[in-house]
Amino acid sequence: MKTPMIGEHSALLVFRDNLLAAPRRLRDAMFRSGKPTTDRTRSTFVFGNVFLHLHSVRTHRWSLRWTTTAGLGIATTAAFLITLVTGVLLMFYYKPYPEAAYDSIKDIHFVVPTGRFIRNIHRWAANVMVVAVILHMARAFYTAAYRRPREFNWLIGMGLFVITLGLSFTGYLLPWDQLAYWAITIGANIAQSPREVTDALNLTEWFDPGGFQKLLLLGSDVVGDEALIRFYLLHVMILPLALAALMAVHFWRIRKDGGMVRPVDADARLEPRKEETYPVFTEAPAKTYQLAAVVKGKTPVVGRGPENTVPSMPHLFYAELAVLMLTTLICIGLSLISDAPLKELANPAVPENPAKAPWYFLGLQEMVAFSAFMGGIGIPSIIIIGLGLIPFLDREEAGTGEWFGGKGGWRLVKQAMAVGFGASILIEAFVIRFGWIREWFPHVPQLVITLINPGTMLTLVYGLYSVWLVRRYNSTRAGALGLFTVFLCGFIVLTIIGTYFRGPNWVFYWSPADWPKH
Amino acid sequence: MTVKAGKPQSRLDPEPMPRRDFLGLSALWTMAGALLFSALGMLKLPKAAVLSSPSKKFSVTLPDALAAGEAYVPPGRAVALFRDGEGVHAISITCTHLGCVVKPTTEGFECPCHGSRFAVDGEVTRGPAPKALAWLKVSNKGGSWVVDEETKVPPGTKEKA
Repeated sequence: MKTPMIGEHSALLVFRDNLLAAPRRLRDAMFRSGKPTTDRTRSTFVFGNVFLHLHSVRTHRWSLRWTTTAGLGIATTAAFLITLVTGVLLMFYYKPYPEAAYDSIKDIHFVVPTGRFIRNIHRWAANVMVVAVILHMARAFYTAAYRRPREFNWLIGMGLFVITLGLSFTGYLLPWDQLAYWAITIGANIAQSPREVTDALNLTEWFDPGGFQKLLLLGSDVVGDEALIRFYLLHVMILPLALAALMAVHFWRIRKDGGMVRPVDADARLEPRKEETYPVFTEAPAKTYQLAAVVKGKTPVVGRGPENTVPSMPHLFYAELAVLMLTTLICIGLSLISDAPLKELANPAVPENPAKAPWYFLGLQEMVAFSAFMGGIGIPSIIIIGLGLIPFLDREEAGTGEWFGGKGGWRLVKQAMAVGFGASILIEAFVIRFGWIREWFPHVPQLVITLINPGTMLTLVYGLYSVWLVRRYNSTRAGALGLFTVFLCGFIVLTIIGTYFRGPNWVFYWSPADWPKH
Repeated sequence: MTVKAGKPQSRLDPEPMPRRDFLGLSALWTMAGALLFSALGMLKLPKAAVLSSPSKKFSVTLPDALAAGEAYVPPGRAVALFRDGEGVHAISITCTHLGCVVKPTTEGFECPCHGSRFAVDGEVTRGPAPKALAWLKVSNKGGSWVVDEETKVPPGTKEKA
């Protein structure tokens, strides 16, 4: 009776072979295609992966040039991922109740192994994210990437910018120290500042959007436990989810809107292909290879193959990974150099003096020191609306995909920088030296100050300058370039003054060494 | 006359809406309406009927040594009490600009956050504060004083000792 013996024996062999093959088969089952070594497997590597398939399979070589994007969008995303990971780790120990919150942050700082490091990285990644998102926006603006068909993605990007600031602001309260408490008190009262106008018009009794906004934010009329739990919920749940949703739309639209913006003559300006990147189509196709009936928009590759594209795997993904690693490195480096601050436990009776918000809000704080409503709500709204309108007002096509739209553009931007820095520094110097209307005429009605203050004057100067540019160069793009540049310069000047030159009672000091001792 | 869906009677007669389209649209709008009303309902949630803030009325005993023009700030309250020959008055020391607690000085009040200054009667003298500090109602309860932070009184109102 040998047959069963052999059968048993061969089943055992098969079992052994299967066991040995299990890792390989698991890999095949997971990745669905082989190693990305040929054009075909490189393609399946992208579209066979749920996380990668937001990318196109091939990437234009212009998009891979360092000067096209400087990797700023990926840097922002990377910083967000870092805050996500470190934020979840911090949630293990953080307790969102007043006093318990402060103690838990102290525990994270002094007791939890690596807690201090994780908190530092979280804080620095948040800062890097704000810087990167501002630079990314500037890049998109200066290469005219907001133009048709990318108007909507510009708006999504603005939403992402606002949510990023919201995440920073809500995160600022959580340690429940003096810095946090008073920055949030000021922030909540900025939300209430429409009262400055309704009070002046005697309307507050019937119409009080300011009071409603503050109540919505704080859940009470003081910064207390209700406010803390609201800020916590916003910080760890509502805003990150909103951000993730908008990010998905943002990335998807990049691809649907035709990839990275590039000049019309990009192909001619690129140096010739390297030998190893062989063409996809050996002869120029007479028809587009898109689904012409289904896909909207231009089909730019008629009459020639997609020669100037390279497989996204590895060219694009390795570049993205490099930016991710660099961002992580920067965050870790900064975390080793500088600790996240933690002041004394919040004390509602004694304001921190000076009470400063995070640095990117100090430009705003400089403006609310002129008028709470105009500086905190009025002018920011004007800026947001203006930014949102730019793609719909500038419908020109020349210079799309070029930095500053070419050589003349750079000259214009330099001029606008001079105006932007000059006007803001002059107005600030004037106010610091001579004061403003109330110092000269103490009984002037509040509405006058709300309307005429250094912040609104600066906005007016900037607005008029850009209107003048439109007329001077007979170009909406010139106006847009000027407007964006002057506001960016104003933001930088006000932020620097707020950060380095404002001391106790928001008085101007050349250096913190001159601050009065108390 | 019977009308068959999808077949216009003439070029001028509008095509009648097929029954399925009508039902589909009705369902869609019903859902939109339900969502709208539930959203409105949810909007009521963030505002509690009773706020978790501390009581706005509190009682305070003034120190005997309090000189005229000198401020007494009860612990944990953003109110300054003053006593002089005419009586006792209370002034809110929450800045009308952005809610910082102002510091009483001999010349009035100064705000540490954005440099607003107020005169001894609470009037704004400089800085971004949009209105004067409020005078609050004080009542004499035999030796101690009850301050009501929610009831404002005209500046100059003083409660006799």
